[in-house]
Amino acid sequence: MADKVPITLTVNGTKHSVHVEPRTLLVQFLREHLSLTGTHVGCDTSQCGACTVHLDGMAVKSCTMFAVQADGSSVTTIEGIGEIGHLHPLQQGFWEMHGLQCGFCTPGMIMSAADLLQHNAKPSEAEIRHALEGNFCRCTGYHNIVRAVQHASGQIQNQAQAADD
Amino acid sequence: MYTAEFDYKKVSSVADALAALKAHPDAKLLAGGHSLIPTMKLRLASPSALIDVSSIPGLKGIRLEGDVIVIGAMTTHRDIEHSSLLKDKCPILPEQAALIGDPMVRNKGTIGGSLAHADPAADYPASMLALGAKMKIESSSGARVVTADDFFVGMFQTAVAEGEMLTEIHIPANTKSSAYEKFAHPASRYAIVGVAVVKHADGTTRAALTGAGASAVRLPKLEAGSISSLVSAADLLSDNFASAEYRAHLVDVMAKKALARV
Amino acid sequence: MAEKMFGKALKRVEDPRFITGTGNYTDDIAVHGMVHAAMVRSPYPHAKIKSIDSSAALALPGVIAILTGKDLVGAGINPIPTGWLLPDLKISAHHAIQPEEVNHVGDIVAAIIAETRAIAEDAVALVDVDYDVLESVSLGSTALAAGAVQVHPEAPGNLAFDWTIGDAAATDAEFAKADKIVKLELRNHRLVPNAIEPRASLAEYKRAGDEYTLHTTSQNPHIHRVMIGAFVMGIPEHKLRIVSPDVGGGFGSKIFQYPEEVIVLFAAKKVNRPVKWTARRSESFVSDAHGRDHETVAEAAVMNDGTLLALRVNTIANLGAYLTTFAPAVPTYLYGTLLNGTYKWKAIHAHVRGVYTNTVGVDAYRGAGRPEATYVVERIVSTVARELGMDPVDIRRKNFIQPSEFPYQTPVALQYDSGNYEPAMDMALEKLGYKALRAKQAEMRKQGKYIGIGVCTYLEACGLAPSALVGSLGAQAGQWESALVRVAATGVVEVLTGSHSHGQGHETAFAQVVADELQVPVEHVVLVHGDTARLPHGWGSYGSRSAPVGLSAITMACRKITDKAKKIAAHLLEASVEDMEHVDGKYQVKGVPERSKSFFEVALMAHLAHNYPADLEPGLEATHFYDPKNFVYPFGTHLAVVEVDADTGRTKLIRYVCVDDCGPIVNPLIVEGQVHGGVAQGMGQALLENTVYDASGQLVSGSYLEYTMPRADDMVQLEIGHTVTPSPHNPLGLKGIGEAGTIASTAAVANAVIDALEPFGVRHMDMPFTSEKVWQVIHASQLAQAADD
Repeated sequence: MADKVPITLTVNGTKHSVHVEPRTLLVQFLREHLSLTGTHVGCDTSQCGACTVHLDGMAVKSCTMFAVQADGSSVTTIEGIGEIGHLHPLQQGFWEMHGLQCGFCTPGMIMSAADLLQHNAKPSEAEIRHALEGNFCRCTGYHNIVRAVQHASGQIQNQAQAADD
Repeated sequence: MYTAEFDYKKVSSVADALAALKAHPDAKLLAGGHSLIPTMKLRLASPSALIDVSSIPGLKGIRLEGDVIVIGAMTTHRDIEHSSLLKDKCPILPEQAALIGDPMVRNKGTIGGSLAHADPAADYPASMLALGAKMKIESSSGARVVTADDFFVGMFQTAVAEGEMLTEIHIPANTKSSAYEKFAHPASRYAIVGVAVVKHADGTTRAALTGAGASAVRLPKLEAGSISSLVSAADLLSDNFASAEYRAHLVDVMAKKALARV
Repeated sequence: MAEKMFGKALKRVEDPRFITGTGNYTDDIAVHGMVHAAMVRSPYPHAKIKSIDSSAALALPGVIAILTGKDLVGAGINPIPTGWLLPDLKISAHHAIQPEEVNHVGDIVAAIIAETRAIAEDAVALVDVDYDVLESVSLGSTALAAGAVQVHPEAPGNLAFDWTIGDAAATDAEFAKADKIVKLELRNHRLVPNAIEPRASLAEYKRAGDEYTLHTTSQNPHIHRVMIGAFVMGIPEHKLRIVSPDVGGGFGSKIFQYPEEVIVLFAAKKVNRPVKWTARRSESFVSDAHGRDHETVAEAAVMNDGTLLALRVNTIANLGAYLTTFAPAVPTYLYGTLLNGTYKWKAIHAHVRGVYTNTVGVDAYRGAGRPEATYVVERIVSTVARELGMDPVDIRRKNFIQPSEFPYQTPVALQYDSGNYEPAMDMALEKLGYKALRAKQAEMRKQGKYIGIGVCTYLEACGLAPSALVGSLGAQAGQWESALVRVAATGVVEVLTGSHSHGQGHETAFAQVVADELQVPVEHVVLVHGDTARLPHGWGSYGSRSAPVGLSAITMACRKITDKAKKIAAHLLEASVEDMEHVDGKYQVKGVPERSKSFFEVALMAHLAHNYPADLEPGLEATHFYDPKNFVYPFGTHLAVVEVDADTGRTKLIRYVCVDDCGPIVNPLIVEGQVHGGVAQGMGQALLENTVYDASGQLVSGSYLEYTMPRADDMVQLEIGHTVTPSPHNPLGLKGIGEAGTIASTAAVANAVIDALEPFGVRHMDMPFTSEKVWQVIHASQLAQAADD
């Protein structure tokens, strides 16, 4: 067996120092070692985006990197961006606009959309659709996902406006 | 989901990377991993070791050196997409980068990884040829520079030999105008046909094609002013989604669209 | 007065767990001592298994066991049966692991059980299977041709069944009278369902009691229990618990009982450890039952004024290598009976041959037979209109069944109980601005720009189904649904339903109905589903049956609760039951609000039974088993607008209008969500998705790199409307909406593409309208034009 490799990474604000097999994918590390099962696996060819998490603030597909590559990094998963009572505007948007049905793609969808809104707070419909190119949903036809992102975008701007006032 | 087992070695210098390559002849260099890891997950590749070169200082970033733009091999598609230097001096690269994969792929994938992988449907090879880029390849015996024309050897084959590594891309900062037109596969979103056209400050026009054939090629007929029958179907790939005949037609269509924009 | 919940766009109560990543899908579950399974699958479409050498795999540290087909057969494990028997159906054994012969790429030849998933996957590569490769066949019509490769010895000529419906002589007679006969050859291509959650199963075995628990991705846990327990493994039902927790989409593909479920159950006992298997997506492609795959010749007999006389349909249905649960029903009773559509055909005759091939089994995929039928009817009606020089809207209006004509007996068995097709069509046309868009289309064509408008006025039969009827047609299952409504002493209402939600929002919509029926706050209603140990027997969710059947059962159970509660309240108030009314959440003496008892007071007394009617049982719960009297018949009009780039052939959806009539709407958010997703799947079939087997029987489109899933930028915001025509035969008038979007949109988008290509002389093309196919016809037309000039 290949030697285990020591890594240290911060997940949702908690630091973990562990030894992992090199072939452990980041998503498997999150799901199986940390029991953070909100991050899902929907394909094995890096297309569906269900596994999307943030690595040092950027959306990445956690099925397409090894945990060892995240050594020294900070990872945020769906469990880390908000909770009931303190939902992220995107979590709220998906709930308000019925942006999910079976819920399986939802965590990845939210993490991708969060990356979009970080650098484009007011995306157009076309920009939203383009930005979600790497996330598949089989339930919603994307109709309400687009509306959910628009809702969140509006919320974020309102919050920014309120902060300015 | 699991790859075969491998040893993992993270290196912090090109010299260390090259030494590790020497020690593990069937090792692969790991950059963003977006070409390599999916292949390993399907067990189409099972290297005994991965040498992680993604955080070698100096291999990441875009800078202007005189009239040459130097892009470190570990620069991500995202950094290229958003580079103000490139938007100003070499806009075809940000234009192309924005069409690669999806945002998550662009956040991790690197230009060096993509070029060294030489997927026939990748986007950059077309612009590398049209820009007249040069690739800096290093080995334990030193560095050499290869023109893009000599770099793309064939399907998944480049001038990078065993024990060597691509470290930098050098691009003349002489773009007058440029355009990239891509006809993407609807599923993979890789290029079925991608045509890059670059007008250079010296008055020359260089054009190149990716996606349609086994590897990216220049489009000499287009460069000579022709706008139809630019390539022969006999030289192109054919698959379930697009026949060679269709690809040949698309080359003309994409070339026309690109020309209209330069 | 408590706010009425029915019709309210209530945010879903199930969402908080999904948006915070705390859902509980099968693969999320890990139990102590769990080991992992990985499958060794055939790389060949058809081969004899000569030998299996698993010694190298067994020698790998961490490998616990390797199972082969012979092990299962030797242990008395039976093949997985189909659940629908047609007369003279030729059945070939579908073993969980093939003991002798593999019949499609992906067929299982061995299963590895190992300490970790990684080791199990490593071991797969080490199993050496020696195959004697046989010739294979993957297309239905090829399999039927003389001299074709024989898939199973049990089905000579590869014919699984030969089925007809309708009156052939009457149809011939109408054809003899016709001014014109319009013929189409149609291929409704094969699809891969692609729920985003891959299938997963976790089996546990307890030696004490000889009991099994299977967590699995199922739309119908009780069907799994009876099929796997009684038929495959011989486990008594009370010793096999099936739990189907959160399920990430089904679309039909999670109805069926799959080999891997049998394998993990068998392995869990054999190795005495919990065993989990989760599909990789590349396994899903070659092991989840596929959908559609029809080759059809359809002929319509019509008069020159546009009157539709008769329809004759001849279909070859590719069933794949094995008959899965509902496979024989889908291209027969769910297809042939729907060929009437919304029109007054005088006669219809359909002939369907079900054919074995060396491909993955084909079964219900969203719509199941009804999209295929709607595609035939709506394509041919639009083609008739074109050939008669009529507008596709006018021919439909001329032939619609009129509201006064219900109940309407079709020539293909169904009796439609209700419908009102024109208002839905008119609303859709209005929303689209149909006339103006036709004018714009003509203008654009002059400028070399090509848009197309597709019309589909669909009808579907859903709410499966009257049990005696389906039993007479071959179903080996009942199609009623159960509900158990249980009121706790505190007044909290637990609703146990045999329906299963895998995205449909039952926890919300069902609670809304219960809240109204019992006049309790909606947040006091809790839905329980997906666990055979907790629920009365139920038949699960498919065929758009949850609202019309499952929710009807719940409604009736609630009404039993109300009846009993009135008796308790009457006793407490010393009034007669006849004088009681249920108002504002209280049981009161009619017109005397001060003489009332709250729901809580009644519930508490039902549990205490201290001051209680002598002739009444304590407790406050009711069970109802609801067997529908008929199908329900949702209908509507969908209008698609596509744009074709003549230079490249790329075809894009640019607008989509739909007006559906699913009866009264419990929750508009959820209903519209169902339509959105359904439309995306139909659009996906028409424009993007394709399942391709190459000449050697390999599935070429076996990953998301080749199989085009609809993405966000392939879709547009839908323009939606509703009309409301209640079902006359269930308590709330509900009809189904889960499949309507898919049933309608495939034909709507296809008609739009053909309409766009009219200037190029295209009369018909098969889906999917991928770029090259579209460009080729445009190109051929341009070449012909150039030759003429």
